[in-house]
Amino acid sequence: MLRFLAGRLAQILVTFFLFLTVVFLLFQAMPGDYTKQFIMNPKIPPEARKALQERLGLTGSVWDQYVHYIRNVFTGNLGVSFQHYPREVWDIIKERLPRTAVLFLVADLVAFALGFPLGKHIAWRRGRLSDYAVTVTGVLFYTVFTPLLAIVLLYVFSNVLGWFRSGGFLTPSLWLRPPVPPQTVFLLLTATVAGLLALWGGGFLVTRGIGHPRPRAWARRALVLLGLALAAGAWWQSGLGPYAWDIVWHMVLPVLAVTLISFGGTMLLMRDSMLEVIREDYITTARAKGLPDKVVRDRHAARTALLPTVTNFTIGLGFIVSGGIVTETMFSWKGMGLTYLEAVLQQDFPLAMGCLIFTGILVLLLHLVVDVLYAFLDPRISY
Amino acid sequence: MAVESRVRLEPLWRVRARLFLRSFRRNWALFWESRIGPLGLGIILLFVLMMVAHPILMATVWDPRVYDPIVGFDPDLVGKHPAPPSPAHPLGTDPIGRDVLSQLMWSTRSEFALGVTAALITVTIGTLIGAVCAYFGGIVDAIFMRIADLVMLFPFIALLMVLRSVIHLDLVRLALVMGVFSGFGGITLTLKAQALTVKVKPYIEAAKVAGGSAFHIIRRHIIPNILPLSFLYMMFSVTGAVFTEAVLSYFGLLDIRMSWGIMIHTAESAGYLGAFGQYWWLWAPPGVAITLLCFAFYLVGRGLETLVNPRLRKR
Repeated sequence: MLRFLAGRLAQILVTFFLFLTVVFLLFQAMPGDYTKQFIMNPKIPPEARKALQERLGLTGSVWDQYVHYIRNVFTGNLGVSFQHYPREVWDIIKERLPRTAVLFLVADLVAFALGFPLGKHIAWRRGRLSDYAVTVTGVLFYTVFTPLLAIVLLYVFSNVLGWFRSGGFLTPSLWLRPPVPPQTVFLLLTATVAGLLALWGGGFLVTRGIGHPRPRAWARRALVLLGLALAAGAWWQSGLGPYAWDIVWHMVLPVLAVTLISFGGTMLLMRDSMLEVIREDYITTARAKGLPDKVVRDRHAARTALLPTVTNFTIGLGFIVSGGIVTETMFSWKGMGLTYLEAVLQQDFPLAMGCLIFTGILVLLLHLVVDVLYAFLDPRISY
Repeated sequence: MAVESRVRLEPLWRVRARLFLRSFRRNWALFWESRIGPLGLGIILLFVLMMVAHPILMATVWDPRVYDPIVGFDPDLVGKHPAPPSPAHPLGTDPIGRDVLSQLMWSTRSEFALGVTAALITVTIGTLIGAVCAYFGGIVDAIFMRIADLVMLFPFIALLMVLRSVIHLDLVRLALVMGVFSGFGGITLTLKAQALTVKVKPYIEAAKVAGGSAFHIIRRHIIPNILPLSFLYMMFSVTGAVFTEAVLSYFGLLDIRMSWGIMIHTAESAGYLGAFGQYWWLWAPPGVAITLLCFAFYLVGRGLETLVNPRLRKR
């Protein structure tokens, strides 16, 4: 296992290096630079522009810049954003990465929790009307034009029903004199989500030891409630509840949009995967033994069918930045996607590159996680 | 000998045609049975109808000065644009007085051209690389697989946002870039996996023993056997290409004169998107059209999946 991990890490490092190079070349190929927007500005004469270019590191040969860039990335220096001068790129990413991560993590988990059982059920009763109806609905949401979905959601829930605010990160009027900055509240929220996931995940593993299905189910339900109660209690105690609630309220619509888009993918994959597994001999054996339908479906078929679904689900996470650009723009959710779009349009190279680099790292790490997860889920695989 | 002379020899092309027709009928029955495949095909045909109807309407009923999708203007409604649907403009007019329905129908052609071109390029490259990687393995395989890793690492839309300032992205170039880029991506993995299962078949061994060159074996034996899967992935590629074009057009990042994405972009940049329901005819028709076209190709792809993968069939 360790040898395998080391090999994978070396491979990942090579891929990452190539990725960095391509990103650099791409931005080098862009015509003009950040200072071009000052060309027509009479207050900034050519000499001042030259000085600005020099200060921003835009002069010098391509090779020099490249060496500089690679050295900086590997020493953890992402530079200074041109747009938000003198804020450091890392500082901006540190602020926005959690927003994207939480949005997509929550949405993808909900989508998985929705898609997995749905796919399981429609595969089991294939050919029925419900199978077709659910499949077509899933495909429709999976291929929906994201801006259209966002417009419809905003129209229905924000304009007609008035339940949610139309985008943004928080309600400014509520945050006039907050006890702590919004970022802190958001990080605490992130920690809450992570803590809940850890509690539930750990609890799931621990309760596997309970032999009987019924007490096990009850223990798990109790665990879910306990987690929720703990989280609610902690927020109540801290006095930051209303502020946290405001952010959560703003998150609902984007999460809903991402969930709707991604549950179809999981569901369709699960369905196909199930259909293949159902034809295996051991399913016939399990049925012949007289096991209840539900047991055959959940414990024999679904477990095997889960494997390809999990892999594809995790690899699909890599596309969150592409998807994130559209979703975050539509809901004015200032995460990595929207930051990237603004940076590219403003030719803020360090920030745009920083966003891409972080996406790259994220995706590569996820691929590693998939490999390990695969070994964990599939008893046939050992490294 | 005597028996053979009595048999009337059928020309080879007729045998081939008959075999083709038979397999086509069988596959069509399977495709029809999938039910969602024909639904997608029906929607695609509807769009084809729209595409064909536009020039006919322009030549007969619609006055080009009013109904031209790009430079048309309805002078009767000056000051009232964007006008709501009316008998003269079934889907209303856009903020600068052009007919929405005409734009919608006119754009169908470019969407099809873009989607099909990009998908053809993707699938051609993917099939070739998949077959070559599976057949040769070793260093060739390793190189292309690393490239695929790299391609999958890139958020595609993010890449195009940078690329559009490097090269002038019109419809043709966008199709080329999208086709080539995704041809090197994940599709090669799937097609290589399929080609690997073909490679171990006895007839490949036989072809090798008979002295077939690598080129011959790849061309005559491996590629024809992975072609059905390639065709399936072509449908999914069309969905991807149309979607990507629509998103980039929506952000106003492409040099295309008119497309569904640009129609929504026009509505947004003129400030009519904020009012949502009030000016629905500006965003709903193009948005629904993009969704439906992507949806239709995806459904056809899933319908074809039952042909390619016998394990998904009912029987």
